[in-house]
Amino acid sequence: MSKIVVVTSGKGGVGKTTTAAAIAAGLAREGQRTVVVDFDVGLRNLDLVLGCERRVVYDFVNVIQGDARLHQALIKDKRVDGLAILPASQTRDKDALTDEGVAQILDALREEFDYVICDSPAGIERGAHLASYHADEAIVVANPEVSSVRDSDRVLGLLASRTRRAELNEEPVKEHLLLSRYDPVRVEKGEMLSVDDVQEILAVDLLGVIPESQAVLNASNAGMPVILDEDSDAGQAYADVVTRFLGGERPHRFLAVERKGIFGRMFGG
Amino acid sequence: MGLADYFRDRSRSGSAHVAKERLQIIVSHERAQRGGPDYLPTLREELLEVVRRYVTVDQEAVRVKLDRHEDRETLELNITLPDRSS
Repeated sequence: MSKIVVVTSGKGGVGKTTTAAAIAAGLAREGQRTVVVDFDVGLRNLDLVLGCERRVVYDFVNVIQGDARLHQALIKDKRVDGLAILPASQTRDKDALTDEGVAQILDALREEFDYVICDSPAGIERGAHLASYHADEAIVVANPEVSSVRDSDRVLGLLASRTRRAELNEEPVKEHLLLSRYDPVRVEKGEMLSVDDVQEILAVDLLGVIPESQAVLNASNAGMPVILDEDSDAGQAYADVVTRFLGGERPHRFLAVERKGIFGRMFGG
Repeated sequence: MGLADYFRDRSRSGSAHVAKERLQIIVSHERAQRGGPDYLPTLREELLEVVRRYVTVDQEAVRVKLDRHEDRETLELNITLPDRSS
């Protein structure tokens, strides 16, 4: 049974594309055939984060308009077997994604992949709606910060009412919360909402917490999904997320301030 | 302030608890409005306009509330008229 999973947030800049790339790469690494689809028409970026920007020939809209076949537009990742990306179009035409076109392509992708990850654009307009509409599961990315949490709640409301599953009265979209850019030091000082605070407000199942990490910028600079940086905190946190997403159990890590030993403190480690 | 107080108060001294309280209020307010038909705000504006043809009332005088029960919805209109004396 293949699954369509949307990565969404409402607010921009919280880590949707980073998360979509990391989770897609992680699922593929676990042997799941995975495709990640960029829905951000006009602001294509998933290709950069995955380091395949120079291999884009055809895109999502080309396929919808019949100018290319799906297989010509799909780019196979060179590092991870079983991972493919469908890049967004850079057209300025906001209506380039049609309802039927999106439905057809997602159906075709379902045939060939175990997971179809939809990287939603920010906002709640057409592009975001189309990215969420066909979803079986949703990963809502939030930062521990007021505007992001409020927007996440709004997005959760839309997932419950404006998706295919909601309209057909099917089992609702399964929602997961992923809290990113988490800084345990500031949480301990009472300067940042804690994971418990955010969960209490949003009341959604917690898929994972990604710590604020330099590894994320380093990875996107290099065009590599951060999950492949296995030594990094963020990479390990995403690996845990993928394990949990596939039904495994992992304790939540990177939630507490790391206590430095006396030597660490003396030498400033 | 003793050392124990310092540790006890640390979580209250930052701004996170303010963020949490503000979020809880706005999120519950927005959830209550969610799912209602899109015409409610317009309906409210137009009602306000009609009422104002006859009496001077302020923005908050007209309240429109949608309640959902098992199999029916009720639309409650609450119009507060000003005191005669004022």
